[in-house]
Amino acid sequence: MSSHTIQYNSHPGNLERSEPLVLDTANLKRGEMIINMGPQHPSTHGVLRLEILTDGEIVKEVIPHMGYLHRCYEKHAEKLPYNQIIPFVDRMDYLAAMNSEHAYVMGIERMLGIEKDIPKRVEYIRVLVAELNRISSHFVAIGTYGLDIGAFTPFLWVMRDREHINRLLEWVSGARMLYNYIWAGGLFYDLPVGFEERCNEFATYLHPKLIELQKIIIENRIFIERTANIGVLPLDLAINYGVTGPMLRASGLKYDLRKVDAYSVYPELRFDVPIGKGEMGTTGDCWDRTQVRVLECFESLSIIEQCLEKLTGEFKRTRDFDPQAMVPKKIRPKTMDFYMRAENPKGELGFFFRTTGNTDIPFRCKVRAPSFVNLSVLPSISKNVMISDLVAILGSFDIVMGEIDR
Amino acid sequence: MNVNFQEIKEAILVSLGTEAVLGENISLAQPQLIVNKEYLKDICLFLRDDERFFFDQLSCLTGLDNGVPKNTIEVIYHLYSIPFNVSFILKVETDRGDEQHLPEVSSVTDIWRTANWHEREAFDMYGIVFIGHPDLRRILLPTDWEGYPLRKDYKEQEFYHGIKVAY
Repeated sequence: MSSHTIQYNSHPGNLERSEPLVLDTANLKRGEMIINMGPQHPSTHGVLRLEILTDGEIVKEVIPHMGYLHRCYEKHAEKLPYNQIIPFVDRMDYLAAMNSEHAYVMGIERMLGIEKDIPKRVEYIRVLVAELNRISSHFVAIGTYGLDIGAFTPFLWVMRDREHINRLLEWVSGARMLYNYIWAGGLFYDLPVGFEERCNEFATYLHPKLIELQKIIIENRIFIERTANIGVLPLDLAINYGVTGPMLRASGLKYDLRKVDAYSVYPELRFDVPIGKGEMGTTGDCWDRTQVRVLECFESLSIIEQCLEKLTGEFKRTRDFDPQAMVPKKIRPKTMDFYMRAENPKGELGFFFRTTGNTDIPFRCKVRAPSFVNLSVLPSISKNVMISDLVAILGSFDIVMGEIDR
Repeated sequence: MNVNFQEIKEAILVSLGTEAVLGENISLAQPQLIVNKEYLKDICLFLRDDERFFFDQLSCLTGLDNGVPKNTIEVIYHLYSIPFNVSFILKVETDRGDEQHLPEVSSVTDIWRTANWHEREAFDMYGIVFIGHPDLRRILLPTDWEGYPLRKDYKEQEFYHGIKVAY
């Protein structure tokens, strides 16, 4: 093929062939209209396309179309050794890469049976960076949600504070968003010298900022008007749809895998699981979901402080500490099926592995992405709402398309 | 875990008969129950509604291709009971079929609605047809994509809308 060949055969029917409308355009009732929101719409948080049947301002039906960011993760994973999949795992939920890595390597360690041998210092560093990343992910969720419904200031505030987290994690791993820092059996490197002190300063700095954030967005009159009683997700529907994470907790269930499965060093840490109580409207509305995220930031901050206390006290840095001491030379789990799940900022992230025993490449590595499952509830709770409320409902889900499309 | 697994298996055998269960895989860290695909829906409904188990959440639904020599396709259901904090794994096996005769498994969408998108994904990637699914379309790939990419013998098409696929 010469370099002048135009690759794409443009044809007016191509869109109709590749992503056809589900709704029937021929049988629209009087006043009804089909609108495509996205894939290049800022309020869809990435390349999500919503096909909406509207009657004036009222949304009758929503049909999500995704796959615009499909990067064949599962196909790639069947060709790569376990340790080389970690960068791919980063790129799924790119806003919370540390949490995804943590879940993934825990799955491998449990398959190899070495999860008890991981040094405590490594575990505490993992939890520390994962909770930092959880705060930064929630910040993006809250900030862009404010942006969606017309509040610009909180977005700038959280981006300012998220920058500190990005710089801290860059100092740790060398990358700002996609870290490849947590390895199966250990870490890429120990914390840099002086990190604990700097991180402690940051924790002291962040606490009043979180209270400020709560004041400017959660207790804001306009924000309450836009989100209270909007997009109510009843608990039974949430469970039936497999919704997890802050969305499920906002619907009133105290369910957090960090408590339920008690993985890593979470049982040694004190933290609370905030749930939605319907203080401004109904339990499970958009306001509750945002409130739960803000409260979780406080809990994560407390976890970070406890980790730092341990990392400077009981498990403090020593000259001969090698974070890669337990990293296996070859990752070759026995023949088995294994499902590992962990609490990501968005919900339950699950990895299903099938291993064949004689190779270091997984036979199958399926990802149960929390955003994918959470988004599937959208059509059933956004019937007969206003178009502007649909934006509010979608924003409160905190989806990441990298994880949905994989 | 193992005790519970046997209890659940016994309960299924008692209420649905011996032909519902084809086998089990208890040597694994997470034991699996291999069930007859004709009984899949009954078993799921029983596990969800029985007051001893209440498997109210379908955590994950995985399609899996064993490749040409074994010639089977599997669907694996990870059930989770929030009230009792118990996991349970069901597995269904069926022939791989071919382009004209795609493998068929009954859909559990009306038991757990989260299965809707999971099943669409399994259809998209493996060509498993879920009988009784309300809206079985491709979900991640374009509608006019050819073949089922996660099958072990998948060969990608040469061109898609004039774009060379293989690189």
